[in-house]
Amino acid sequence: MKTTLICAGFGGQGVMVAGQILCYTACETTDKFVTFFPSYGVEMRGGTANCYVVIGDEEIGAPMVNHVNNLMVFNTPSFEKFVDYLEPGGNLFINTSVVKERPTRTDINVIEVDAGTIAIELGSSKCLNLVMAGAFVGYTGVLPEENCVQTIFKKLGAKRPEMNPINEAAFRKGLEIGKAARK
Amino acid sequence: MEIVYKKPSNLSETQPNNFCPGCMHSTAWKLIGEVLDEMELTEKCVWIAGVGCVANAHRYIELDQFNQPHGRACAGASAFKRCNPDTFLFTYQGDGDLAAIGLGETISAANRGDNFTVIFINNGIYGMTGGQMAPTTLIGSKTTTTPFGRTAGEHGYPIHMCELLNTLQAPSYIARCTTADVPNVRKTKNCIRKAFQNQLDGKGFSFVEIISNCPTNWGMTPLESLDYIHDVVLKEFELGEFRCR
Amino acid sequence: MQEKKFMKGCEAVAEAAVRAGCRFYAGYPITPQNDVPEYFSRRMPQVGGVFLQGESEVASANMLLAAAASGTRAMTTSSSCGISLMSEAISWLAMHHLPAVIGNFQRGGPGIGSIQPSQQDYTQATKASGNGGFQMIVLAPSTLQEAADMTYEAFDLADKYSFPVLVLLDGFTGTMMEPVAMPEAKSDEEVAAIKASKTWVPRGREKDHTLHNITDGAPLQERNIREAEMYEAWKTTEVKWEEYLTEDAELIISGYGIAARIAKSVVNDLRKAGYKVGLIRPIRVNPFPAQAFEKLNYEKLRGILCTELSIPAQYAVDVRNVVHGRTPVGTALSSGGEIITADAIYEAAVEMYGKL
Repeated sequence: MKTTLICAGFGGQGVMVAGQILCYTACETTDKFVTFFPSYGVEMRGGTANCYVVIGDEEIGAPMVNHVNNLMVFNTPSFEKFVDYLEPGGNLFINTSVVKERPTRTDINVIEVDAGTIAIELGSSKCLNLVMAGAFVGYTGVLPEENCVQTIFKKLGAKRPEMNPINEAAFRKGLEIGKAARK
Repeated sequence: MEIVYKKPSNLSETQPNNFCPGCMHSTAWKLIGEVLDEMELTEKCVWIAGVGCVANAHRYIELDQFNQPHGRACAGASAFKRCNPDTFLFTYQGDGDLAAIGLGETISAANRGDNFTVIFINNGIYGMTGGQMAPTTLIGSKTTTTPFGRTAGEHGYPIHMCELLNTLQAPSYIARCTTADVPNVRKTKNCIRKAFQNQLDGKGFSFVEIISNCPTNWGMTPLESLDYIHDVVLKEFELGEFRCR
Repeated sequence: MQEKKFMKGCEAVAEAAVRAGCRFYAGYPITPQNDVPEYFSRRMPQVGGVFLQGESEVASANMLLAAAASGTRAMTTSSSCGISLMSEAISWLAMHHLPAVIGNFQRGGPGIGSIQPSQQDYTQATKASGNGGFQMIVLAPSTLQEAADMTYEAFDLADKYSFPVLVLLDGFTGTMMEPVAMPEAKSDEEVAAIKASKTWVPRGREKDHTLHNITDGAPLQERNIREAEMYEAWKTTEVKWEEYLTEDAELIISGYGIAARIAKSVVNDLRKAGYKVGLIRPIRVNPFPAQAFEKLNYEKLRGILCTELSIPAQYAVDVRNVVHGRTPVGTALSSGGEIITADAIYEAAVEMYGKL
């Protein structure tokens, strides 16, 4: 089993952190092989940012792949750039607060997540990436969900412990959306 | 019989130096050697040679030493001193090495205040390569690359290293002296001693510029070269202690 | 072996160096390896080491030269154009016979190029990292575990030959993250003992270990003859490569570092599709593992496909030199920061393989 994922959006949307939370969980709490490859524009702020995550049961060859079975898009340019990277039967997680477009192709599963709105409702627009990550875990079941919550506490709570409740709520809200979409 | 004078213990008894006759590199080395002996530093001293006439000095200067590429002595000295802080360390560099190709390394090491001493020999010319223009060459001077004389319009003005370094916060000692006459030789020795003491006291970067000569490439007799220093060079390069902490 | 930690390539390299006893690092910021100096700047004070941000790559490499002369296990890293600036000091390390470790996280070139990964410095790394025709052992990790292990090993190799060693990485390996089990850290006593064992360190006149230049022709020639013998001996004692499914292979895919990593997954995919394909991956690109290619059964071989992130090909030139026309040598390449895809290697392999 190999799970491949591209998370893509603007710099500052927490795209890398979303991918890393999944990777840390895979590395530190499961026996799976995992790689993470970030790709930035040259700008420090506001440029494009995307990362490639591969989680598998066997040693991983290419850590950067041009066809994936999961895609998380945080903004419209990412949607346009990467939607055709999805293999037939793949899963597209759309941050519908920002991305108004929908795919014309019908051979993929579309999971709509109003992540930006949910994050603001929870009290911090910054946690939209965790809503997205939650939706991914809820829909695919690739990683143990409680381990992900623990990783969030460990990695994000270290510097900002006061954010733990909001971060957890964001991730769990995403999980809910992902699981609901699975049915 | 009482010994009233002897050669520094760190200059070879058997190997003659290969500086040209009348070149004051020898004078500078004698002063450094004497100060090291007097301060009992000869045994714990390491020096870094720049590239130039001094690059082969290890043959007759009996101190532990290593070479750095052209201009990079100050970068190397920063690293070496930080790795082995108990070693007494100085660099010995000419004007091409220190003020042209190595200008960046010199200023950066001084700006970091790294705790070593620089002995800078300024004779306004590239000696080893045959008399080309140095950054310290005086306006009007003819060299093999300024055959019609250095002009400000074409080549800029001679660079003043002491004044330049004196704009930085970190250096602890900056002085310019000359070995062109006996009283100044004594003053030079004193400056070297102060710079070395600053290093021993951990005060940071110390810098001694010595206005020297190059009879061979200046096309003068040694005596004429000394007069030239007094009559011309010292009009451009003011002597004195610029900083002493 | 410790438990695996999810780490960035740059940090894995830096931490492995510290564990190998590296106590001096100098470097100048250049993407994609800025995590290396940043990591050392935090880590060195914890182990009593020295971190120096040089004013340039030129200064950093010359700091490395002097730190090596001080007997300290020392390292610098940079990326491509930065390595070019360091080449004089690297040549001096070879001349002075000083141990030091240099890491090159290759990016696209020539010139300032791109900040994306490449393998365009192969020829420079293996044949001419500076003037004077010296050579270095060049380690070429293809995973982060190898990047850590080989960086650690590089310090031992540098001390073994008292010579600079190059770790040839790429921007991909530097910036990606993967679980790594760190090699065991040398104790402070071990680190001190290594430094004390270097009898040639200039420590003052009573030791009299002047590391001076050899500026006369005859003694320099004599020395270079001895060095040439060392390089020659490396070809049997220091070669390392990986063979994967080569036994019955009719097509060999070959490459190093990140390209080989991608190629290995292609070999697996091709096998699943029924193609008898194997992989030869140099673990060290200098000395070049000619033996790996001598062992092949050229009677049944359809060809060798070299893959690398360089146009024109550089690694493939070395392969052609040892294969000597015994089988076709093809290439699957990318350059400038573009990373060759598994698909592209797959297609090139199928084309070269011909009918199943």
